[in-house]
Parts: sequence; structure tokens; C-alpha cells
Amino acid sequence: MLRILVDRLLTTLPALAGVVVVCFLLTRVLPGDTAAYFAGPAATPQAIEQIRKELGLDRPVPEQFGRYVTELARGDLGQSLTTGQPVLADLKSRLPASAELTLFGLVLALVVALPLGILAAVKQGSLADHLCRIVATAGVSLPVFFTGLLLVYLFYFVLGWSPAPLGRLDSFASAPPTLTGFYLLDSLAAGEVETFRSALAQIALPGLTLAIFALAPIARITRASMLAVLGADFVRTARAAGLSGRKVVITYAFRNAVLPVVTTLGMVFSFLLGANVLVEKVFAWPGVGSYAVEALIASDYAPVQGFVLAMAILYIVLNLLIDLAYGLIDPRVGSAAA
Amino acid sequence: MTTPALLDIRDLTVEFATRRGTVQAVRSVDLAVAKGQTVGIVGESGSGKSVTSYAVMRILDRAGRIADGSVHFSGIDLRAARERQMRDLRGREISMIFQNPRAALNPIRTVGRQIEDVLREHAQAGSGDARRKAIEALEQVRIARAAERYDAYPFELSGGMCQRIVIALALACRPQLLIADEPTTGLDVTTQKAVMDLVRDLTRERGMATILITHDLGLAAAYCDAVTVMEKGRVVETASAEAIFQRPAHPYTRTLMRATPRPGIGLRDLLPEGSAAPMPPSPDPREILLTVRGLSKVYPAKGGGRLFGRRRDPAGEFRAVDDLSFSVLRGESVGLVGESGCGKSTTSSMVMRLLDASAGSIVFKKVELADVPARDFARHPLRPKIQMVFQDPTDSLNPRWTAARAIADPILRFRTVSGAAAIRSRCEELARQVGLPLDLLDRFPHQLSGGQKARVGIARAIAPGPDLVILDEPTAALDVSVQAVVLNLLADLKRELGMSYLFVSHDLHVVRLLCDRVIVMKGGRIVEEGTAADVLERPEAAYTRELIAAIPHPPARSAA
Amino acid sequence: MSLAVQPAAAPAPRPPVEASGLRATLSHARHVVGDNPVTGFAFGLLLLLVACAILGPWIAPYDPLASDTSAALAPPSLAHPFGTDQLGRDILSRVIVAARLDLAIAVFSVILVFAAGGLAGVAAGFYGGWTDRIVGRVADTIMAFPLFVLAMGIVAALGNTVTNIVIATAIINFPLYARLARAEAAVRRNAGFVQAARLTGNTDARILLTSILPNIMPLMAVQMSLTMGYAILNAAGLSFIGLGVRPPTPEWGIMVAEGASFIVSGEWWIALFPGLALMLAVFCFNLIGDGLRDIVDPQRRT
Repeated sequence: MLRILVDRLLTTLPALAGVVVVCFLLTRVLPGDTAAYFAGPAATPQAIEQIRKELGLDRPVPEQFGRYVTELARGDLGQSLTTGQPVLADLKSRLPASAELTLFGLVLALVVALPLGILAAVKQGSLADHLCRIVATAGVSLPVFFTGLLLVYLFYFVLGWSPAPLGRLDSFASAPPTLTGFYLLDSLAAGEVETFRSALAQIALPGLTLAIFALAPIARITRASMLAVLGADFVRTARAAGLSGRKVVITYAFRNAVLPVVTTLGMVFSFLLGANVLVEKVFAWPGVGSYAVEALIASDYAPVQGFVLAMAILYIVLNLLIDLAYGLIDPRVGSAAA
Repeated sequence: MTTPALLDIRDLTVEFATRRGTVQAVRSVDLAVAKGQTVGIVGESGSGKSVTSYAVMRILDRAGRIADGSVHFSGIDLRAARERQMRDLRGREISMIFQNPRAALNPIRTVGRQIEDVLREHAQAGSGDARRKAIEALEQVRIARAAERYDAYPFELSGGMCQRIVIALALACRPQLLIADEPTTGLDVTTQKAVMDLVRDLTRERGMATILITHDLGLAAAYCDAVTVMEKGRVVETASAEAIFQRPAHPYTRTLMRATPRPGIGLRDLLPEGSAAPMPPSPDPREILLTVRGLSKVYPAKGGGRLFGRRRDPAGEFRAVDDLSFSVLRGESVGLVGESGCGKSTTSSMVMRLLDASAGSIVFKKVELADVPARDFARHPLRPKIQMVFQDPTDSLNPRWTAARAIADPILRFRTVSGAAAIRSRCEELARQVGLPLDLLDRFPHQLSGGQKARVGIARAIAPGPDLVILDEPTAALDVSVQAVVLNLLADLKRELGMSYLFVSHDLHVVRLLCDRVIVMKGGRIVEEGTAADVLERPEAAYTRELIAAIPHPPARSAA
Repeated sequence: MSLAVQPAAAPAPRPPVEASGLRATLSHARHVVGDNPVTGFAFGLLLLLVACAILGPWIAPYDPLASDTSAALAPPSLAHPFGTDQLGRDILSRVIVAARLDLAIAVFSVILVFAAGGLAGVAAGFYGGWTDRIVGRVADTIMAFPLFVLAMGIVAALGNTVTNIVIATAIINFPLYARLARAEAAVRRNAGFVQAARLTGNTDARILLTSILPNIMPLMAVQMSLTMGYAILNAAGLSFIGLGVRPPTPEWGIMVAEGASFIVSGEWWIALFPGLALMLAVFCFNLIGDGLRDIVDPQRRT
């Protein structure tokens, strides 16, 4: 197991290197004068020249790359012009909000999509099957920001069930003592029921928005891979050996069908991290996505680049976890014959 | 039969709902299996033999249903039985083993656990003794070091070993009836013998009844007491194994029986009586066409090698073909025989110049070809002179080309004929030579039957006028009756066009029918070489003897 | 799907009436459309979208840019079926006219990625070796990013223009095309008919053109239809956060963004109609993609 872990860690290195190179390129290919971009729209020529020196833009490209990597290694992602803080500090303080939202949405999606997909495959042509098809096709067609707005209109404006779509807590509540940075967990840990309720009310709609978005691919792949596995020879063997329906569906079929689902989670995470940006904008969620969007609008590029890099690294880590999970489920991984 | 039947199928009809309406896969089938009896159901693809057994087990897929008839097992009406009752019967009273054993096992569960699942389901074991009983079940199918194998996953075991596991699983609860559905298809002939002997011994020991479903009449005759022959969903004949071979009553059985390659017959004997002119004697070959010397193919070590329990030197490289030498005379057929992984296909790919050799020489028509890289050989002047007929007729035809376009491809490339009309008439000439009806020339592969596709592949191979044609298991994917026709066609064409064949096959009987000389390969080397008659009748190498002994021997026909 | 092998139910060779490949495909297409009215509906929707894209400025009842402050924020009425926005512009007209830009972005990015990704993938799958490694590495690097985030980064770096949205959308779809084409080409590289083509003296280039590409095209067409929807979503998402298209240009994503702040005060129509248009367009391409897949590859139905 340790060997597999080390192997997997090594396989992420090329991806990591690729990400760093691409991010470096993105900082250098800014059309026109990069220094002017970084200096902001109101900078004087002297200030721009100053920044050019500071950024080392007058140096040859390999040297610039070396410097870029050194700075990265030190955790230096530059300064945000809008907040005046180092980008890394900003990202750190805002990441828990985004992570909580994304995970909440994902868990919600999994809880609905997995049973739905299984049911649709086991009872082909049933109500669940039709529902699954509709969800799968309609879900991928819904622009996530549009879903969010519809939910806001319905639950906030029309029904009044939900608080205003502004942030993680309503204005009267104060943040729970930081433990994980996830308000839902921290408030429970501190025993602040009121705060928990407020946080839950706030996260419900954006979380639901993300869940609706992630539901479609998960339900679709669950149904498809369940169908494939149910048609496999070994399921026929299990049936012919008289195993009960439950045993066949869960132990034999689903455990195999879950493998493609786990693989698909990588893609779902890719979508979710992107959709997060849009959802955070709609719900004024104080996460890294809305931070990047605000910076983008202010032509403040260091935060945007820091955000892209941070998301890429986060995504690589998530994929690593998915790979490891896959290895735990599938004995064929990591053996020479596989 | 005086004893009451264990399994009694009467007038069974199974229907499938398809897009084109209802199809009857099985029609009014009657079949009885007595206690302890072994019954073979033999038929070609589409005969409904497997569907019959699925209907007995009630594991037809959702499109299929039993439309008519009755199935009784030990007096229980299986057609009327509740699903719960069926589940109790399956695995405990009636068990089944399948084709493709590796796929028949759950890939991510240890084989021991899979056997345990069955034992526990049928209350044959509790949590305390399940493991011990599962290991016992493994020991009974003669798996060495059963306790270690308990923790193995299917992908860690060979195909033959997987089939033993499947058998262990099927027999774990000591059922009264075992249904074996093509249990050895895809396994090597020596493995086939081991598996079939095991099934026979175990079922005899326990007094079980067996239904053996197979396309191989020889296999059925060698292992069954009675044989039922099916064609297009119907039973055409049921008789004792001996009677089926010696006095086949139904014309279809006769055709099938004649088409099955067996010792002591010639190519023409495969065809229905009186349907072909006798084979003229072969010309006496003199001139050497192809000489292979010291041919080797070495792959650097990298995973995968564990799949083949083959000699590997300390550096870990894998010698697929090891210092091979042989020659082919003009007008001669040479058979290259061996089990999977023996290097016969690698050899043919190198001679074919699709694969570069690691070492050695290939002299064809006095020209050294081993120096020409495979990728440049497409433009070599000798390219048209070496052609090939592929194993899978479907896979070897471009799905987007008509039969005529496929046959015309070599003509267009080698510019043997030019002008649309001339090319067309050449295609028609070739189609006539291979017996392909001209109106099929404009069809696409999916609109042709397996035999027709094989003819298209042969026409394409002979189109450029080759001197050497490599036949890579050209009939392995075909039913025996079609195989008989195709083999005869190949023999006729060879004589007519004066070609030489290098025939790659795993089936010694088929090779003997078509070939003058036989080369037996094992582990990338030649173990025996000689005239077809010598090798088959007086084999010298122990391995050859083992191969020949493993071929199922139907009761010999006294008259033949 | 099927628990039992059903030899007898295997498709018999088709009758000779369907001898021509094109005719067979067409009749099969008719069969699929007839069999599945949803696909027919999607094709109808597609026609409507294309009509809007081509004829937009002529069929729109108002000038999409003309503001009329006296009629600002008017709910849907006979005069303005979709209502008006905060500047009094007619939303129906803006939704119709926006079709051209939204579809154009999607079409161009898909064509771009089809050409680049498809070719790179086929070459990688067919030749293997270094070509394969380089293409694979490029695809992996792109896949290492959350795709929408990468698109944001690219547009932010290259500059905030519509062209760059097209480029960014093409880049993030590259791995999808490259991998599909690679896998399909690699499967066929060792297929019997490709080997046979080698024996009949075909060069690699000719084999690619006659044996590999034509057999991959149908699958690529399905992929194009499915990614059209994704490209539209992606472009709209980018403009929703203020990248690419700038106001007052009518574009669905930016229109939803403009309407977003009015949702909380109950003016739902500003965001709803462009959002619906967006949804229908994506839905339409997804349905067509599924329908095409049924025609091309009936086994892969899900």
C-alpha cells in the first residue's frame, strides 16, 4: 500500500510541473505590457517601470521562470491590489468557505444520484428510470448560475423560506470559533445551534444549486455502469448460483459499477470547482471564486493567477485521492498484470 | 428410458421480443435427463442450445420469455415456480458453468469469498466454517495449495484455473444437475481435456446429471451418454453418442457429423456426400519459396510477462519466438501448430512483414526480406506476393467498404488492372473463384454472413496473385459446416493458382486436412516437424503426443 | 443488459433493399427519429435556433440596443412578450439577436477543437510513440486544471475578447477530442482490416485517410454535438462573470448576469428568458448528440 501511495505521488509530479508551466505562461502572455497590467490602470510610467524591475520582466525568460518557481516555493503569489493583502493569505482565509460549499453540494448530489442511478438500472423502464433520464439530460443543460437564480427567486422572493442570498451567515449571527473553517461543523462542535441553523439556511440554496449540477453526470454514469455490470458474465454466474437479488445487486454489481463512478468523480470535481465560481457570484458567497471574480472585474491579475494555480493544485490533490480510493476498491490496481 | 427423468423438458418454446418483432429462439424442444446421465446439446451458433439452458434456470434476460411448454425438475414445475423457490434451486440443485471463465467470476472479490457467498446463501455453511468449506470445495476441483488460492483474485489466475474455480462454485452445494455451457471454448486443447475430465470425474463420483452444451460434436461424443442435436431452435435428433456418430438419422446431423474434422478422413469427406469432385493429387513441390533461418522476436521485460509462464532469461526479456528455422516449398502447405502463446502468430506476423524480427533471416523468392523494415514493406515489389487471410472475418473488413471495394483495394494499390470496368470485372472474376454470389459484391460487411465475409477476405488475399498466403486460423470464428466449405475452397484455390500456404492454427485435425507438412511450436521454439501424416500418427515429441491425446476422440466410425 | 446470450435474436443480414450505405443510414436515421420523437423535437428546436442566428436582426421586433427609459423594467406584455430590462430594451429582441453570437462562439470553438484535437488524437493513436506521448502530455496538463477555471485564466491572460473566449473554450475541450480520437484510432490500428490494408500496399497516410478516419468520424460527430452544448454553457458562464462579451452587446450569459440583481426584487423576466434560451439551446444539442449516438452506435445507448 505504501508503495502504491509513493507511486501515485510520483505520477502527480508531471501534472504538477505542467500546471506550473502553464500558470507561468499565463502570467507572461498577457497581451501588451505585463507590468502595466500588474501595476493597475492608474499607475504612472515610473511605477510601471518599478514593477517591471520588481517582477524581473527585464530578464531572460528562463531566469524569469526560475524566479517564478522560487517565489511559488516560498508561497509568494503576489499582492492583491484590491485587498492589499498577499494573495496566498486571501486565498487561505477564503478557501474553507468554498470547500464547505463544494463538499456540501457533492454529498447532496451523491446521496440522491447513486440510489437513483442504481434503481434506474435495476428496474429498467420504471418511474425511477425515466426520472433518471430526465435528470441526466436536463441537469447537464441547466446553466448553473441560472439554476441558482431560479432557486433564489422561488425560495427567497416568492416563498420567503430562504434568507437573502448574501454570504455564509445572516448579518446577526457571528462566525463560530474556527476549527475546520466549515461553519456547519464548527458551529456544531461549539454547540452553537443558532449559528448552525443560520449557516445551514445560508448554504442550502447554493448547495442545492451545485447538487443539481453534479447530479446529472453522477446519476448518468451510475445507471450506465450498473447496466453494463448487470449484463456481465459474473452477474449471470451469481444469479445462476442462486444468490439473492440484494447480494447480486449490491455485493456483485454495485461494487463493480462504483469503479467508473469513482473515476467520473474526477470530472465532477472539475465541473464543481468551475461551477463554484458562478454560484459564489450569484450567492455573494465569500469564497475563493468570488474573490477571483472581484479581482477580475478590477483588472487585478495576481489574485486571478493565484486562484487558477491554487485550484489546479487542489484539483490534482483531489484526483490523487480519487486514485487512491480506486486502488482500495479495485485489487487489480497496482499489480503488475493490471 | 425406464428411470423417471430428473429434468424433463416438454414442448419448450422461448421467445425474444426484438425490434423486428418476436423471434422464437427455441421451438417445441423436448429433452429428458435422467439421474446420473450426461446429455450433450450440440448445435451451431443460433441453434438455441444456450437459450434452452437459460430457460431451465429461468435466467433469460428481460426480452426473453418462456412462451410455451413445461420444465419439470424432480417433479417441481420450474415454469410455475416462484422466484424465491427458483433461487433456492439455483446453485443448490441445478448449477451452471459458463464459457469465458475469467469473465464469469467477480473481478474484485477473492475467489474464496465468492464460493463462500454461494455456500452461505444456501445455508451450507455458517460464518464459522465457511472458509474451511470453501477451501474444501477448491481442493475438490484439484487446485493445489487451495488455502493460498482462497485469497486470489480472478485476474491472478489462468483461464483453466478460473474454470476450475467456476466449477468449484457450481458444485459447492452438491447439486443434482450441472449445466455446462460451452465450458471449454477459448481454452487450449490440453486445458480443455483437463477441465472436461475433471467435470466428468466429479459428476460421476457424486452421481450427478450433466448437460453439456457445445458446438463441438466431437467433444459431446467423447463425454456424453446421449446427444441432442439442435438446429434453428429445434431438436433434430436425439440418440446415444455412439448412435449419433455411427448412424446419424437426420440429414443435418449427418452434415454436422461429416463436417467435424477427425482422424482418418480427407478434406472432401467434410462436405455432404457427393457434393464435390474428388480431390486431385497434389503436385510434387520442388522449388524452395521461403526460407526462415534463426528467426527471433524478443520483447524487453515490462510487466505482463507474468501472464505467460515462459522461459525468461535473467535480464527479464521475453522471447516470443526463439531461433526458429523452417522453409516452405512452392505449392506446399505448411501448418504452424501450437497452443496460445506459443509464438505462432508472432512468427506469421514477421513472415508477413507486419512486424520486425529481432534477429534472423527471411528469404522469400531468393530476396532477403528481414532487412526491409516492416513499415517500408508496403511499397516493396514483393508486397503483393505475400498475402494473408485473417482470423476474424468481421474484424478484417473495413465496415465502411462494400465487398467489391474491399476486394478491389489490392488491385487499386498494386495497379494490376486499371480502369473502372476492368477492375469491376476482375472483382467479379475473383468473387466467382471464391464462390461469392455476385449480387453480394455491393453489400457492406454487416450485411454478410460469417462464411460470406470469409470468402471476401480470401478473394482480397488472392487478388494480387500472391505466391505465399498466410492463413491465420481462418476458420476459428466459423461454424463447423462453414469451416468445411471454406477449407475445401482454400485447398482448391491453392491447386488452381499454384500458391503456397503457411497455415497457423491450434487445431491439429484441421491442419492435417489442409497441410502437407506440420511444424509444432511451443514456447517460441519448434518441438517437432514432419509430414502431416507422420506427426499425427507417429508423433515423436512428448508435447505433440499430449496435444493429440487432448483432442476429444469421438467413437470411431467403423466403416471410415 | 442481456443476461442470456441470444443467438437466435442476433440481427440477421439486412435485406438487399438497404444495399446503399447512405440510404441505409438515412433510413436508420428516419427510424430513430420516428422511434424517438424527442430527437425530432430537438431537430425542430435546432432549426429555430439556426433561424434566429441567421435572421435575428430581421425578425426581432425591436432594436436590441435601443433603450427607452420610460418603459424600463416592464413585465411581459403584448408589446414586449418577454418584458423590458432596466434600460427599457426589449428582452425578446435581445434574446433573438443574441442567438447568433452564442452559437457562433460555440460553433467556431468546436470546429477549432475538432480539427486540432481530432487530428492530434488520431495521430497519437495511430503512430503511438513520441507523438502519443506529446499529445498525451498536453491533454493531461490541460486536464490537470478544473476546466472552467482554466478558461477563466486563459481569457484573463490573453485579453477580454470574444475571440479569446472561442480559443479558451477550444483549449479546454482539447483533451476530450484528443482522447476520444486517440482511443478509437488505437483500437483500429491493429484491427484486421487495417492490417489487411497494409498488406495491399497502402501507406500509413492512406490507411489513416481511408480506413481509420471514416470509421471514427461518426463518433466524432456525436462528440461535436455534445460539446456544442458544453461550449455554449462555458461561454455564457464566462460572460456571466464579466469576461469576453461586454455590455450592451446582447448575449445570453451577460443578460442573465444583468438580470441577476433584479431577481431579489422580483423582476424575474430579465434573467429568466435569456436563461431559458440558453437552457433550451444546450438541451437541444445534448438531445441531438444522444440521438446521433443512437444512430451511430446503437450498442452504446444509455
